[in-house]
Amino acid sequence: MVQSLDFLKESPSQTAGPYVHIGCVPEFAGIKGVYPDQLGAAMVNDKTRGESIVITGRVIDGSGTPLTDAMLEIWQADADGLFNSPAELRGTADPNFTGWGRQPTAGDTGVYLFETIKPGRVPFPDGSLQAPHISFWIVARGINIGLQTRMYFGDEKKANSEDPILNRIELNTRVKTLIAASKGNTYTFDIHLQGENETIFFDI
Amino acid sequence: MKNTQPETGAFFPRDRDWHPKAYTPGYKTSVLRSPRNALLSLGNTISEITGPVFGHDMLGERDNDLVLNFAKPGASAIGERIIVHGRVLDERGIGMSGVLLEFWQANAGGRYRHKKDNYLAPLDPNFGGCGRAITDENGAYSLRTVKPGPYPWPNGPNDWRPSHIHFSVFGYGFVQRLITQMYFEGDPLIPLCPIANAISDPEAIKRLVAPLDMANTIPFDARAYKFDIVLRGRRSTMFENRPEGN
Ligand SMILES: [Fe+3]
Repeated sequence: MVQSLDFLKESPSQTAGPYVHIGCVPEFAGIKGVYPDQLGAAMVNDKTRGESIVITGRVIDGSGTPLTDAMLEIWQADADGLFNSPAELRGTADPNFTGWGRQPTAGDTGVYLFETIKPGRVPFPDGSLQAPHISFWIVARGINIGLQTRMYFGDEKKANSEDPILNRIELNTRVKTLIAASKGNTYTFDIHLQGENETIFFDI
Repeated sequence: MKNTQPETGAFFPRDRDWHPKAYTPGYKTSVLRSPRNALLSLGNTISEITGPVFGHDMLGERDNDLVLNFAKPGASAIGERIIVHGRVLDERGIGMSGVLLEFWQANAGGRYRHKKDNYLAPLDPNFGGCGRAITDENGAYSLRTVKPGPYPWPNGPNDWRPSHIHFSVFGYGFVQRLITQMYFEGDPLIPLCPIANAISDPEAIKRLVAPLDMANTIPFDARAYKFDIVLRGRRSTMFENRPEGN
């Protein structure tokens, strides 16, 4: 006989459903006056260090239709590659940058938009540097468990070519699904749930 | 001696057979919204073990009181008054403090305050349907609300959602992020629900069903239901092969 491994099981996920906005972005859902502001709406202020950028795109289903009821959250390092988190032990991140954003896709066009800054590079566990990237988490009606992916920057070709995660992806033809096209300070990152261009999603 | 250093170990992998699969045709909307390729498995890096934290100072006095937080002065939401309380633990059984929970639900008649909800049940002018709480030093939280009504939804010809409260949960790392739903003990609609049944293991569904908790019921005021939430555990940071930089 041995002792039992008495770990608990994670609570199983359930879909965010069509009304996730009520709980997470209530002002967007038209519910005003309960909270003073909408969490995750502003990631930066006028003192935030770094290069201001806009990330925009759509979440597209298997029929090619953009989702108008999705919600996205992003998480990223500051301009120096530090996270605004207690588990960041390498230094203190920019206090004027939250690192975390939350936005719905627009109810008419399905477009989402984040105003943020370009993140610095952060280390991989082996000490090498990862390319600048932003973690994404996508929920919506019909998505049973939040989808995790990463966005890399189309104008960081050298860093991308050195990135330990991009280099680990065997199906090289799919790497492009993680790379946002750049135009000025705007990066376009469409997320395809299915089909020829299905985005790489992670179990991470 | 209490270890106050934040933990930085990698999170336990998700048990993808315990969670609902992406493609669950009984829940029709999942058909076009489910990735078809295998997920790419990776270990955690610092991008995954870190995450945003929220302080108790961001909470308003009535944030966890859905009976009053949208009601006009002197009024309150209509319905069966209930308290939902419990703890947020990780898979190691450790209570997690400082966890932000956000909840949303239909009113007592089963109607959401949302422009896309056109169910014929009436809106309650004193019920908004959202609330939030942050767990205390033991991982405990509580909220007061009215029991949400079941509602019909367009899936099969006659599908009804069991009474449920949606929960959004932040852990300490961005990859602990979780959205789930709480159901109520004894609801005969649970075994009929295509969304609950997207979870294949009946034991897993049970973890989402809150029992009636008479011990914490407030006599002549509100019944109580107990709902514990478990987030991913993480490896001990000791003796971990963790080269500098992470
Ligand atoms: Fe619902």
